[in-house]
Amino acid sequence: MEHMFRTMVVAAALALSTGLAAAQATVRWLHIEANPAQVKIWEEVARDFEAKNPGVKVEMQYLENEAYKAKAPTLLQSRDRPHIIYSWAGGVLKAQVEAGVLEDITVQVAGFKDTLSPSAVAAFTIGGKIYGLPHTVSQVGFMANKELLAKAGVDAAKVLNWDDLLDAVRKLKASGITPIAVGGADKWPVHFYWTGLAGRIGGKAAFDAALKGDGGGFEGEVFQKSGELFKQLVDLQPFQNGFLGFKSQQAIGHFGDGKAAMILAISSFYHTQKVFAADKVGISDDKLAWINIPVVAGGKGEATDTLGGVNGWLITKGAPKEAVDFVKHFISPDVQKRLAGGNYLIPTVKGAETGLGSPFMRNIAQNIAASKYHQNFWDQDLGPSVGRVVNDATAELAGGTMTPRQVAKAIQDAFKQGN
Amino acid sequence: MNALRLRTGDSGKLTTLVLFLPPALVLFSLFVILPVGEAAWYSGFNWNGFGKPTNWIGLDNYRFVFANKAFATAFRNNLLIIAVSLLVQLPLALALAIILTDRFRGAVALRLVFFLPYILAEIATGLIFSFVYDGDYGLLAAIYRLFGAEAPHLLASSSTAFPAILLVVVWKYFGFHMMLFIAALQGMDRSMVEAAKIDGASRWQLLRYVVIPTLYPTIRLSVFFAIVGSLQLFDLVMPLTRGGPADSSHTMVSFLYNFGVTRMRVGFGSAVGVILFVICITFAFGYKRWIMRDE
Repeated sequence: MEHMFRTMVVAAALALSTGLAAAQATVRWLHIEANPAQVKIWEEVARDFEAKNPGVKVEMQYLENEAYKAKAPTLLQSRDRPHIIYSWAGGVLKAQVEAGVLEDITVQVAGFKDTLSPSAVAAFTIGGKIYGLPHTVSQVGFMANKELLAKAGVDAAKVLNWDDLLDAVRKLKASGITPIAVGGADKWPVHFYWTGLAGRIGGKAAFDAALKGDGGGFEGEVFQKSGELFKQLVDLQPFQNGFLGFKSQQAIGHFGDGKAAMILAISSFYHTQKVFAADKVGISDDKLAWINIPVVAGGKGEATDTLGGVNGWLITKGAPKEAVDFVKHFISPDVQKRLAGGNYLIPTVKGAETGLGSPFMRNIAQNIAASKYHQNFWDQDLGPSVGRVVNDATAELAGGTMTPRQVAKAIQDAFKQGN
Repeated sequence: MNALRLRTGDSGKLTTLVLFLPPALVLFSLFVILPVGEAAWYSGFNWNGFGKPTNWIGLDNYRFVFANKAFATAFRNNLLIIAVSLLVQLPLALALAIILTDRFRGAVALRLVFFLPYILAEIATGLIFSFVYDGDYGLLAAIYRLFGAEAPHLLASSSTAFPAILLVVVWKYFGFHMMLFIAALQGMDRSMVEAAKIDGASRWQLLRYVVIPTLYPTIRLSVFFAIVGSLQLFDLVMPLTRGGPADSSHTMVSFLYNFGVTRMRVGFGSAVGVILFVICITFAFGYKRWIMRDE
């Protein structure tokens, strides 16, 4: 009898709470994911969340990567702004926090955040307050086509330092193979070279010093040298014909089509090289190799240091509390394991990386786990204005219209100009 | 004269003014004057577009704009578009108009074909030409391959990207100017032409001394449209090159968008906007005052 009574109370309470919930609003979720297979899973996750939370609707909105970056400031100040937005953390996030367009969710995620990788959460913490939650991390390195490398007699496992890479490029050129594909029109794929090298030459210390303006800032020795080393590569003409006109997606497709032996990639290209390949199959796992950004002789950076992204979701000002609930659901162990199982991402939930299906992605996860210094993408970290100058200048270096010295100076000038 | 009559009490005219002027005036102030004023105000701040501008830096943004290499290129590119519009596009449009006003079989169809590019949306045009110019899969590549040559990637080189855009500009807008000329030619008094013919004028003399002089008002209008349109060119550049490579193909407006809007430097962008506005307004008033004063 007592049991039945209790059940009734619970049922009544449930009915009441769902009744309240039913009166609620829509969560607008803006993402930039271009891979239909992954978006399909995300949609299922959203429908699943709706089923568990009657009355809540999750509305997915899509913008292309570059378009999103361009529209974000206007979008965030509109009254119809999305509640959940994509973020690379870093300087752009700081600008958004300062502008007061984001919601402080520290209290709402108090216990939840402990289930996630602390360094990833730290990227979304500004001044002790949490504004978003990370769902994935990534690493920058060379993705290589073993078959093409073999034709030129190059072994991916033996490309360890910068000279090895230059050597590999020479051999590939001699065999008539395009060594590297790059999306020069989007510019950011090019800045990975210069920033990756700077990380190898100067390590964390050099970046921190430059931010403080020490040692000539970004005009200092380390950054001049990274430009010079990159120029060594550029002088070999390693990129596909017309690379300055290629957008990133086209370049990834070029690699996926087997038209270039390597691409300096974000680990998530593992999937997109299939999506943007003409045959939608791309380079199969057994032919795909990963080469960490080559180390530089005498460099101060640790070989285990990684350059890469920390990506997550920000909650915008005035968003309903269900938005946070949804993000928590999206970054729950179940969903993360599912996405890891499909090799779509390197998860941030502790332990979910065991779900990674492919050795390729497991290798990336291990690299990041072993890294003591995971540097966020510079163009994001330095903020929208300086970051873009890094992209501009390094793309000009690749195009041969700027010298290493000019590149370093342009970046330092932009940094001094601020904003 | 009008003002005089108003004062002497032409109440009909006054009523018309009171009734019809305010809506236009309000809309114009709200959507033209006010934004221009705001842009001028913002251009004095170092501001990322969030919240309210607070960091006043005076004329620094203008200094930054003029010191910017890419802005100089963009300005030069705008001048190039104007030059090509005037020296290539208008003569081409005029020549075609003169040919196509004669009624012969297919003239109407040809007019339609030449006018079609103008109807096409700019973004669509840009995308179509980005495929045409593609050095791997494009139409251009196919033509090169026909002759056994390797196609260049026109949009990927800083020396060819902007000329490639210029070609699209001419292709897209000559039809519009052609139509203006055809309309003017059709409204022309045929008896003058007949008279000249009777007097024994050659075809060249007829064109040089009768047809083209009667077209002067239309040519002046066409030049005006071409220059103002050139200054505002943006939506063809974005899908074709986005101003690249190495900022070689920006126009002032795409420069504004790229360096002001996407980089969250609203103050800087506003300064570019103000500069562009001053150039446009000076040109528009100057042109009206000195060139179109008869109309």
